[in-house]
Amino acid sequence: MSVPSPAAPVDVHSAAAEAAAEIAHARKDILRIATAGSVDDGKSTLIGRLLYDSKAVFEDQYEAIERASRGDFVDLALLTDGLRAEREQGITIDVAYRYFSTPRRTFILADTPGHVQYTRNMVTGASTADLAIVLVDARKGMLEQSRRHAFLASLLRVPHLVVAVNKMDLVDWSEDVYESIRDEFTAFATKLEVPDLTVVPISALQGDNVVTRSVNMPWYEGASLLHHLEHVHVASDRNLVDTRFPVQYVIRPQTDAHHDYRGYAGRVAGGVLRPGDEVQVLPSGLTTTIAAIDGPDGPVAEAFPPMSVTVRLADDLDVSRGDLICRPHNAPHVTQDVDALVCWMSDQPLRPRQRLAVKHTTRSVRAVVKELQYRLDVNTLHRQTDADGGLELGLNDIGRVRLRTTQPLFVDDYHRNRVTGRFILVDEATNATVGAGMLTPAG
Amino acid sequence: MTTPDYRLTQLQTLEAESIHVLREVAAECERPVLLFSGGKDSIVMLELARKAFAPARIPFPVMHVDTGLNFPEVLELRDKRVAELGVELVVASVADAIAAGTVQEEPNGSRNRIQTPVLLDAVEEHGFTALFGGARRDEDKARAKERVFSFRDDFGQWDPKNQRPELWDLYNGRIHQGESIRVFPLSNWTELDIWGYIAQEEIAIPPLYLARERDVVDRQGMLYAVNEFITPREGEQVLRESVRYRTVGDANLTAAVRSTAANVEEIIAEIAVTRLTERGATRGDDKVSEAAMEDRKKEGYF
Repeated sequence: MSVPSPAAPVDVHSAAAEAAAEIAHARKDILRIATAGSVDDGKSTLIGRLLYDSKAVFEDQYEAIERASRGDFVDLALLTDGLRAEREQGITIDVAYRYFSTPRRTFILADTPGHVQYTRNMVTGASTADLAIVLVDARKGMLEQSRRHAFLASLLRVPHLVVAVNKMDLVDWSEDVYESIRDEFTAFATKLEVPDLTVVPISALQGDNVVTRSVNMPWYEGASLLHHLEHVHVASDRNLVDTRFPVQYVIRPQTDAHHDYRGYAGRVAGGVLRPGDEVQVLPSGLTTTIAAIDGPDGPVAEAFPPMSVTVRLADDLDVSRGDLICRPHNAPHVTQDVDALVCWMSDQPLRPRQRLAVKHTTRSVRAVVKELQYRLDVNTLHRQTDADGGLELGLNDIGRVRLRTTQPLFVDDYHRNRVTGRFILVDEATNATVGAGMLTPAG
Repeated sequence: MTTPDYRLTQLQTLEAESIHVLREVAAECERPVLLFSGGKDSIVMLELARKAFAPARIPFPVMHVDTGLNFPEVLELRDKRVAELGVELVVASVADAIAAGTVQEEPNGSRNRIQTPVLLDAVEEHGFTALFGGARRDEDKARAKERVFSFRDDFGQWDPKNQRPELWDLYNGRIHQGESIRVFPLSNWTELDIWGYIAQEEIAIPPLYLARERDVVDRQGMLYAVNEFITPREGEQVLRESVRYRTVGDANLTAAVRSTAANVEEIIAEIAVTRLTERGATRGDDKVSEAAMEDRKKEGYF
């Protein structure tokens, strides 16, 4: 057995080190990506390629997968499947998070499973995403699974969708194949609410159009996938108009130095808060003004999503966790009747009259399922209504539900504000998270 | 920090996310505790906890699972920070557990595995229901799969194939008696983010992380600095090398790397170009198999 010799020290003053440090220090924002597709679509290979080509893969990781690769080439897919069962079965079971950065951006990539039985894990990964990548095998075209992934991304209102038509090398880099898939997908997407759709022909295995433009597909005039990820505009995806500040935690030091300090800590869910703003507190409805806002390093002049701050109010009101601070003439809907699309995540079906716990922003209430209006066929978008009674939502089903809550919630439609328009459902017996809900207007 | 386009930098975004997680646990979980090892990640986590509740004190205790194989610099920093923050310190001692016979020393001298039952016993004794850990998803393939709120059964075990769905930032911290939640506020930070934050916030770290000339022995390609726990074996040559530690674990098992990075800025430059992940480079205990971390995590390891 050969013993590796300990590495020589890195020259921290070399041009390469200084250039790398400059990139590390660059003022960058974060793009959260979710990839969906099965191993067969080459999803893990694509991610391996992005990590490898952006130099996010380290030597020992590369050596480990080199050892584990069975075929003739190093299987970049092995970089991402982390659980033993996943490697053994060659499938992705749960989300794996990957990190890479370029001089322009830092990327958090949620690598999500494609198989239908792990849909809830895909939804977990996609729920926080700014952009979703759906992979399509160029030889197979759009499959049921591609439709489901695109639909789930649109349901979760992931603002940007990229369809990567993969394995273009196996269809002789055919423009016709690409165009037919692109047209089919575009037609399907018009039935969904997809604000921004981009279709890129790639070969993850060979790297074409992943990081650099492909020489094999001169007919494609768009950007490479990575170039698109680096430049897609996400700042306007947040709601900076409607002020929403769910109170998360009350900070009362009760020390001599801060005897009268009473701050409402939380994360800004919408709008921009500034000292001096007139605000209303729900559910009391009382109004006051913001005296000061403390950021992580002291007072700040304004707070916007997704900042975590502490708001101090001019008047001594009774405010606690679960309350919400907004502007007096722009309040969310205060309601105990919640209409929502629910993605069900439990083996035990959801049925009318069932009781569940709801967590919405920082507010936890109990609810009863008043009505299950329809179940949605993810492939055809057909709505199955409860004509004969007995309709239920099984694992990974999506349906429209009306809930009646024990206490009012302060809600907005999910398409207006992704933070105040969402909730989770928890089974009070098992404590498991069993559903994800998105508030939608009736219709 | 006013930004006309309402954008946060990467570190501001991560900081906001971590503070949100810390506050959520303090609000929802009955008896949280913050695991503090004295390593850079737990130092950053403790600093984030300070910010999350300022100007009030951190509303939960800090626990150190003391393997008895500490670098003295780490204990010094631990005691200094605990005093500065006025936070309660709970020490769970592996040495005491060995003395009491509840765990047995492993033949290879590693206390990595046996610290898990000591941790679980301390959790039970103190009734802790939520444990903050400084693990990051970029460290390891098994960690890349873990939720921010990671459910543990009443044996402290992780079931990676059946994790609770975790939607948006709506964390579910509900548990039954005896169960617990491991919470990882630094999930989305990378090693470079940690160092960038240490530099930006001028956070004190143990001097072990900085390169200087140390006496080392070369064991199968890993450099171990001679200390209280590592003495040269017969035939081993003591070398004088400029080295630093990239991780701080047990003093008898943590190797150093050749380095000239004598300050945080130089560490950032070094890491930015380096080609080895931190655990692979320096932790003998992770080299056992591809799935070593997954196996230890299932048993309740952090």
